[in-house]
Amino acid sequence: MNTALNKLTLKDYTSDQEVRWCPGCGDYAILKTIQKLMPELDQPRENQVFVSGIGCSSRFPYYMNTYGFHTIHGRAPAIATGVKLANPELDVWVITGDGDGFSIGGNHMLHVLRRNVDLQILLFNNEIYGLTKGQYSPTSQTGTRSPSSPEGSVDAPLSPCAVALGSGGSFIARSIDTEAKHLSAVVKRAHDHNGAGFVEILQNCPIYNDGVFEQVKDKKIAADFRVELEHRQPIVFGKDREKGISLNRDTLSLEVIEVAGNEDRVLLHDETNKIQAQLLAAMGGADFPVAVGVLYREEKTSFVDDTHQQLKRARHSEGSLQDLLNSGHSWDVK
Amino acid sequence: MELAEEKLGEHHLDEKQVVDVVVRFAGDSGDGMQLTGSNFTEATALYGNDLSTFPDFPAEIRAPVGATFGVSAFQIYFGSEDVTTAGDALDVLVAMNPAALTTNIHNLVKGGLLIVDRGAFSAKNLAKAKYENNPLDDGSLEDYRVLDIDISAQVLAAVEPYKLGHKAALRCKNMWTLGLVMWLFDRDRNPTIASLGAKFSSKPDIAEANIAALNAGHAYGETAELPSGVHVYKVPKAKVAPGTYRNITGTTALAWGLIAASELADIDLVFASYPITPASNLLHELAKRKQFRINTFQAEDEIAAVCAAMGASFAGALGVTSSAGPGIALKAEGIALAAAAELPLVVVNTQRGGPSTGLPTKTEQSDFNMALFGRHGDTPMPVIAAATPADCFEVAIEAARLATRYMTPIMLLSDGYLANAAEPWQIPDVDRLPRFPVKHHSEAEGFKPSLRNKDTLARVWAKPGTPGLEHRIGGIERSFETGDISYDPANHQLMTDLRRDKVQGISKDIPKQEVCLGEEQARLAVVGWGSTYGAIHQAVKRARAEGLSVSHIHVRYLSPLPANLGELLAGFDKVLVPEMNTGQFVRHIRAEFLIDADGLNKVAGQPFKIGEILAAIHEKLATGESNE
Repeated sequence: MNTALNKLTLKDYTSDQEVRWCPGCGDYAILKTIQKLMPELDQPRENQVFVSGIGCSSRFPYYMNTYGFHTIHGRAPAIATGVKLANPELDVWVITGDGDGFSIGGNHMLHVLRRNVDLQILLFNNEIYGLTKGQYSPTSQTGTRSPSSPEGSVDAPLSPCAVALGSGGSFIARSIDTEAKHLSAVVKRAHDHNGAGFVEILQNCPIYNDGVFEQVKDKKIAADFRVELEHRQPIVFGKDREKGISLNRDTLSLEVIEVAGNEDRVLLHDETNKIQAQLLAAMGGADFPVAVGVLYREEKTSFVDDTHQQLKRARHSEGSLQDLLNSGHSWDVK
Repeated sequence: MELAEEKLGEHHLDEKQVVDVVVRFAGDSGDGMQLTGSNFTEATALYGNDLSTFPDFPAEIRAPVGATFGVSAFQIYFGSEDVTTAGDALDVLVAMNPAALTTNIHNLVKGGLLIVDRGAFSAKNLAKAKYENNPLDDGSLEDYRVLDIDISAQVLAAVEPYKLGHKAALRCKNMWTLGLVMWLFDRDRNPTIASLGAKFSSKPDIAEANIAALNAGHAYGETAELPSGVHVYKVPKAKVAPGTYRNITGTTALAWGLIAASELADIDLVFASYPITPASNLLHELAKRKQFRINTFQAEDEIAAVCAAMGASFAGALGVTSSAGPGIALKAEGIALAAAAELPLVVVNTQRGGPSTGLPTKTEQSDFNMALFGRHGDTPMPVIAAATPADCFEVAIEAARLATRYMTPIMLLSDGYLANAAEPWQIPDVDRLPRFPVKHHSEAEGFKPSLRNKDTLARVWAKPGTPGLEHRIGGIERSFETGDISYDPANHQLMTDLRRDKVQGISKDIPKQEVCLGEEQARLAVVGWGSTYGAIHQAVKRARAEGLSVSHIHVRYLSPLPANLGELLAGFDKVLVPEMNTGQFVRHIRAEFLIDADGLNKVAGQPFKIGEILAAIHEKLATGESNE
């Protein structure tokens, strides 16, 4: 009784549960985009599994009419790995946040990426702890005032994409909660990737960190503050695409240049260039736009493929338990 | 109760025929004592004696040569009657250097046989063992029969034709010694010769040299003039039930039990673990058995291991994770999720000395409280424990049966002793093992994730990939009716009670508690769980032979307890509970049954000795008389 793929719509992927995020939360937009994308993916609904940890974003599986497991804080990558070990046919998604994925669950994130477990990992980054009411997170900017840092946080933030690259991730992308078209396209590519497809989604928390991504989201100014990466295309931005990103070969660092007259100095995006991806992932702040799109991809075998290859080899002939028990030295007592 | 001061038994080496013997091979980590011991074990099993072995090795991987903390030992107890422990006092001690002598001589009975390698008693080695004088020369060993042999020199002469070089030649010392001990007990060298050939098949010179050393040691026994009373000892064959036997360690038995469980349950098994002493060998054993329905995963940490196992269970396989105490502590949150989400999960805890890193290579039973109570919230979980190395096979199957039948995490307690100790095991006929095929739910009509079996209260197991059963589960309290998230106060009460009742209901599904030795009513019951089985059994047997009114009760099911245990214990005037902890199980049965049970507790990193328990039985029954 395979669910007929072509007939399913967004509605078929909407569960009967009342969505309980705060009004205006960026998570709504992401949910809608994913529900809409699902029928386009070449997978029967019963093979879709959403696994999450703890946090606002981790409520996500309850709202998807697929298989779902809302687990414990930070551990979704490990649980999802177990799901794939048991059944490689399943299409498994990890839904996590900046605290869940990079604070309490940082270790699992790094290992699921380096192993290249065949999953889609959607990291909702709102640079704050929402569910515990507004403490600073590992991606919060230094100086973030919060209930646990009344005088401003002193921790330096990490960049999820940079850490994912450093962990050996084979597909690293960034998108924005409300940019449905961009997000959908990026997530689809993550899904099509063989291995761990990591997507950082910049997500607004209207309650505890409202407007933290305003510059990259506000249609009026976003052109100056974000750059949309496309493979083999020049990395340019600005209202009239008048600014470009260039590599200073003396300092091995990026710089923003005027495109006019410097066309040959503008970097071409190459999704397969890891060093360049590191530089692009780190962009942001006052001097650089935030890069969105696919920063890096690398074709390599996935953990699940390799593991199941080993199983196949081991099982070329079925093991006999009785032979195992009798193996080695035994003796008969009459 | 206090542990009585230890009294060593009498030696019985004057006879030509002896009922049982304890031999301990002790040497430097690099002396190959474990290999020596396992070869001697094999020969002894083939000879037809019952036996039990206990390897005792240091935590250091490569301790400095000659150091007391680098002493590695292998003890074997063999005899013509049933043997259930690795023995108390030593009849024969092989000490390959001064460090091995100083750390083990106190366990050798007076008149016992001491075999030493004089060649290793150099000034340097004596100093490392803190001997001011050479004990071989100062008369301090005159209570023992000493075979004072320059084994090093003997070995160098025996392997001279193979031109191995000094260092490599000396590595054959262990085989020379083994040859001598094999002569002493009339063991067949052929299996060892065959296994040396196989082990060194790519280095025939080394194989030949080792075999030459083995034969030379044997020949030494035959031809040398030995002190009086040192001769070939005959240990008659044991009377054991007919069948095919093999030796097995607890770790191997547990691994094979899990493989058997996957076949009997007709389900794939995913074993996820993180290396930790003394549990790692379980991962190693299963990792090479993937021709069965086993997949193994070395996770990045203990938490990931329990989570991956649970994820596998969610996906329809049986998830199993394994660790020792500190690692189990890390898994606690994951175990509670398995309890809340009602997924099957087997958690194997190979206990070791604690707290913290404690004594990683030594044995203890101090995780009983953690197993029963070490979780947040009201999180009940069944707990069962293996009694002997071979029992690990059955207990692994039983853990898988209960986990899948009741959709619950379950903890299986083993310990460092059981993991490494070995005993003969009658190989079961696989076709006669009871099957318990697991059925995943497939009927979409009327499905909800909260459906449960009315008898067992187990929730349905609906695995991803099944059309029409798409559903969500998680750690948030769920409605009894629908399985959806519920914060309703009455529902939480209902679900908490249900989780308790479900686990408690297992008591109806397990065998009634039996008395394993003695009557159902007597003056004293010695009640044990886990690896104390062997020592308690022998102690009770000896006490009964003295005419004492004492029985042995061994509890496999620790939570829930067998339904009749309280009633059974009420039939005894006194209850004594020996445990390798400060009194955890005894406190539990006192609380459960309001009985005046007394603990006998030992936390020395070593198993109980038979004599220690026997002394406690004497004391317990003696104080009873004085009170009457």
